Amino acid sequence: MNEIVNDAPAVPVQVLTAANFKSSYKPIWCPGCGDYTVLSSVTKALAIMGVPPKDCAVVSGIGCSSRIPAYTTCYGFHGVHGRSLAAATGLKVARPDLQVLVAGGDGDGYSIGGNHFLHACRRNVDMTYLVMDNHVYGMTKGQPSPTTEPDWDSKLSPGGTGVRVFNPPVVALASGANFVARAFAGDLHGTADIIAKAMQHPGFSFVEILSPCVTFRPEQRDWRKLVRAAVVPSTDDAGRAARRLMTDDGLNIGILYAGNRAPYQASVRAAGCSVAELEAEFAL
Amino acid sequence: MSQTNNNAALKLPATLQDFMAQALQMELDAAERYNEFADMMEAHNNLEVAQWFRKMAEVEGKHADQIMSEMGWSEAPSGLRMAPLLTGLEAPESASDAELHYLMQPWHVLQLALGNEQRAERFFAKLASVATVESVRKAALELQKEEAEHIELVQAWLKKVPEPTANWDQDPDPPRYDS
Amino acid sequence: MQEQISAPTSVSIALAGSGGSGVMTAGTVLLAAAAKAGAYGVMVRTSGPQIRGGEAAALVRLGPQPISSLDDGFDLLLAIDWQNVNRFADEIVLGARSVLIGDPDEGEAPEVFKATGARYIPLSLKKMAKEIPGCWINMLALGISGTLAGLPLQALQDAVRESWKKPDTLEANLQAVARGAQAAVGVAEQLAQDGGPMAQLQGGAASDARRWMISGNEAAGFGAIRGGVRFVAAYPITPATEVLEWLAPSLIKVGGTLLQAEDELASINMIIGASYGGVPSLTATAGPGLALMTEAIGLAVAAEVPIVVVDVMRGGPSTGIPAKSEQSDLSFAVSGLHGDAPRLVVAPSSISDCLGATQWAVQLAEALQAPAIVLSDQYMGQSRAIIDRPADSERVTQRLTAPANAPDYKRYRNTESGVSPMAIPGTEGVSYTADGLEHSEAGIPSSQSKDHVLQLNKRERKLALHDYGPYWADVEGDADAVVITFGSSSGPAREAVERARAMGVNLRLMVLRLLAPARPEQMAAALQGVKHVIVVEQNHGAQLYRYLRAWYDFPQPPASYHRPGPLPLRPGELLNALLEWRKAQ
Repeated sequence: MNEIVNDAPAVPVQVLTAANFKSSYKPIWCPGCGDYTVLSSVTKALAIMGVPPKDCAVVSGIGCSSRIPAYTTCYGFHGVHGRSLAAATGLKVARPDLQVLVAGGDGDGYSIGGNHFLHACRRNVDMTYLVMDNHVYGMTKGQPSPTTEPDWDSKLSPGGTGVRVFNPPVVALASGANFVARAFAGDLHGTADIIAKAMQHPGFSFVEILSPCVTFRPEQRDWRKLVRAAVVPSTDDAGRAARRLMTDDGLNIGILYAGNRAPYQASVRAAGCSVAELEAEFAL
Repeated sequence: MSQTNNNAALKLPATLQDFMAQALQMELDAAERYNEFADMMEAHNNLEVAQWFRKMAEVEGKHADQIMSEMGWSEAPSGLRMAPLLTGLEAPESASDAELHYLMQPWHVLQLALGNEQRAERFFAKLASVATVESVRKAALELQKEEAEHIELVQAWLKKVPEPTANWDQDPDPPRYDS
Repeated sequence: MQEQISAPTSVSIALAGSGGSGVMTAGTVLLAAAAKAGAYGVMVRTSGPQIRGGEAAALVRLGPQPISSLDDGFDLLLAIDWQNVNRFADEIVLGARSVLIGDPDEGEAPEVFKATGARYIPLSLKKMAKEIPGCWINMLALGISGTLAGLPLQALQDAVRESWKKPDTLEANLQAVARGAQAAVGVAEQLAQDGGPMAQLQGGAASDARRWMISGNEAAGFGAIRGGVRFVAAYPITPATEVLEWLAPSLIKVGGTLLQAEDELASINMIIGASYGGVPSLTATAGPGLALMTEAIGLAVAAEVPIVVVDVMRGGPSTGIPAKSEQSDLSFAVSGLHGDAPRLVVAPSSISDCLGATQWAVQLAEALQAPAIVLSDQYMGQSRAIIDRPADSERVTQRLTAPANAPDYKRYRNTESGVSPMAIPGTEGVSYTADGLEHSEAGIPSSQSKDHVLQLNKRERKLALHDYGPYWADVEGDADAVVITFGSSSGPAREAVERARAMGVNLRLMVLRLLAPARPEQMAAALQGVKHVIVVEQNHGAQLYRYLRAWYDFPQPPASYHRPGPLPLRPGELLNALLEWRKAQ
């Protein structure tokens, strides 16, 4: 694949820009939605990777964030709620030549998708999973998600769920994800950089992107004041990362863990045997 | 995002060429962003504001043309793969999204643009103060002056548009399909 | 096309506009005002895909008698602005007698509306609203449209007062309503000289006592509580979320619990667990969620655990058209489980009936220890109507439970009725293990032929032998030709039948409420004297038609009138189809 491009300009395989990856469909996200910047970051990151759109696939589930595939010029798959990782796994294992990007929201990814999340991390297939986390179910108009604070009042859970928030980076790490990062939609370049590094890193890369919902969580406009660049640098030591993530307050931006697990390898196919040869087993 | 050292977010350009290429990219990015905002507003039936964003996009486009003609470029050089001049939350791209609202009015557009111009002016001033290459320093001061002019332009426009009413952002209807 | 676009006894109004114009709220208040004036009405909403700020329209029909569906077209379309309102052209049908009101400052009315020949009356709504500082333009629209429809100013203003949340802006908005009423007088004068006055509400003297304003989803939630449900597991999905959001605080008030689940696989299994524990339980979902729940519904069949799943049908298949109605989950509901798995399927036939049918589903599920699917739909679920207070049910919810220390207790004993007493955890001496595996009468897993046959017969027999009473279907009229339908299609079907009767064409109407199990004896009784049958439904595959042909005998092969969503069936459309059908006989 392509060389890693960080600050120094490298010689790319193809000169692609973010514009090559943006389709002509105008998103219907609310003005001010963090997903617009995420879309820009994704197209920038894909340009940095230099893989042509025809060789990239964006797989999503159901929700506002999951509308993203059609807004790119890549091959897109807008599947059913919560199963994007399963679909993406099938796609990548059958077509290891493709660059596979999976995207969705916190509801789609951590609630109905929670089980698939665990196993995708375990399996460590080489793909990148972006979760645009706004701590709410936006598309169905404002119910708590697994990352919503326990005391957030809503119609479906009056007074709050009373249930502790899900901790995606810890769960990802514990389940075997090879790359764990957190980004903030308000920082376009920073997010693009993290996404590019996630894609470059082998195995299952997980990026949790704080992406404010202006309609149902207007108070998230304050995130830009609260987030901070992670002071502790990235580590490849899972134990150290675990200790750090267990005390993380959800506002540290940066690469939190970049491990050395070998990515998933489908069982090696033995040297070819013809179909006719298989008959021997049955022949009398 | 809090930075311990502001300079950490700044990438000092090595040559005038580098600097102008990146400044050009900033203008082009700004024009693209305003056009995206215009698209968002059209999708949400706020045509008046969409038109204002198209106007802003045009203005940025003109700045870009200016830079190109000054440098004698017929098309934008590929400074595109270089790291941007300014990253983090002070970067122009990052600043504006939070101020959008589907019911926003022209006054808000101009406030947003004003903020952008002021950020840009501060940026060029800062660059001029720390630049080590003389041609870069001079160019930064020029651009700073231009941004200051843009600020005046936007402030003049602001005087001409009505200020928003107290309940400008209130929609009696709930988000779709509430019961 | 008829000159008069709508039935003379009702008036239909569409209010349209985009973000911030508040047409949904205006429509709701208009409905409330009609209630105050002693009338009935229904309000349907439609909007673009944006979460906020999108184009939206409130579609309201008012009349002196209970109204169950929208008419063929609209007497009035009042648009606060024209942004993308042309998207609703298929839903907001206008004719030469219709009135089209728009703000000239917002540009030309779209060609698609002008081409209908509707009478266009420009009103500077924005300017008028500006003259009353602090008012909302939608209240002006309310005053204009309500007055043109024949509602008294008092009723309009009272409705605004009751709905208003911010006391300091109330006065300005009451003024706006009055201003609108005033403008309506001018409009009426213009109309009188150009084609005649707009249709108006005739009569309407019903009092508020014993009448409600409610949505189908709320009614379903209330029906559940009336039926005795005290545990609900919830996963949000359009268009069912409101059932759950209404139940959340309401259940708490009556001592029940609602738990938000991580997905539909969880919610269905949660309610099975709760019901196994003795508490009547329910969940609500839509097509995609129901599809996820099927494995567990089969478990409820096999283990004989009562549950209710409300399916608020929407456009399918797959993700389909989430915000639009369709009756295309029927086949799935009646047969979509693996194995031979009998279950109950109940279909409410109106917004009001969402209450009674859901309550009945709970009663049946509990009595028969089986899962019941309630086939509601988006049209009923998310629309709001003024209804007569639904009568209390005489039927009681009762689960047959095992007494403590019952001698030789067998959970799945082969009783005559097929219903065997269910031991509730905590009861002494009758412990058992519920099982999805086939089992003996004692509940021990078994692969024996005699056990399998016995249990299959038991599970089928308990549903087949139950006396469902007259509530299984509503049969109206007496003719040798019958229209069979279900759910929200019954509203326009009933109106079509009434119009046909007025033209001298006599038809019987059968609205099925119990879809599964099949009722051959009761159907035969209801079809006494019938020679001709037509099945009417809103789906592409003629699902009810095929289902009825599979399970019932008819004097001759029935005819079918069917088409899919997203547009609702119309009385006029059905009338034409029925007249043609009768002619061909």
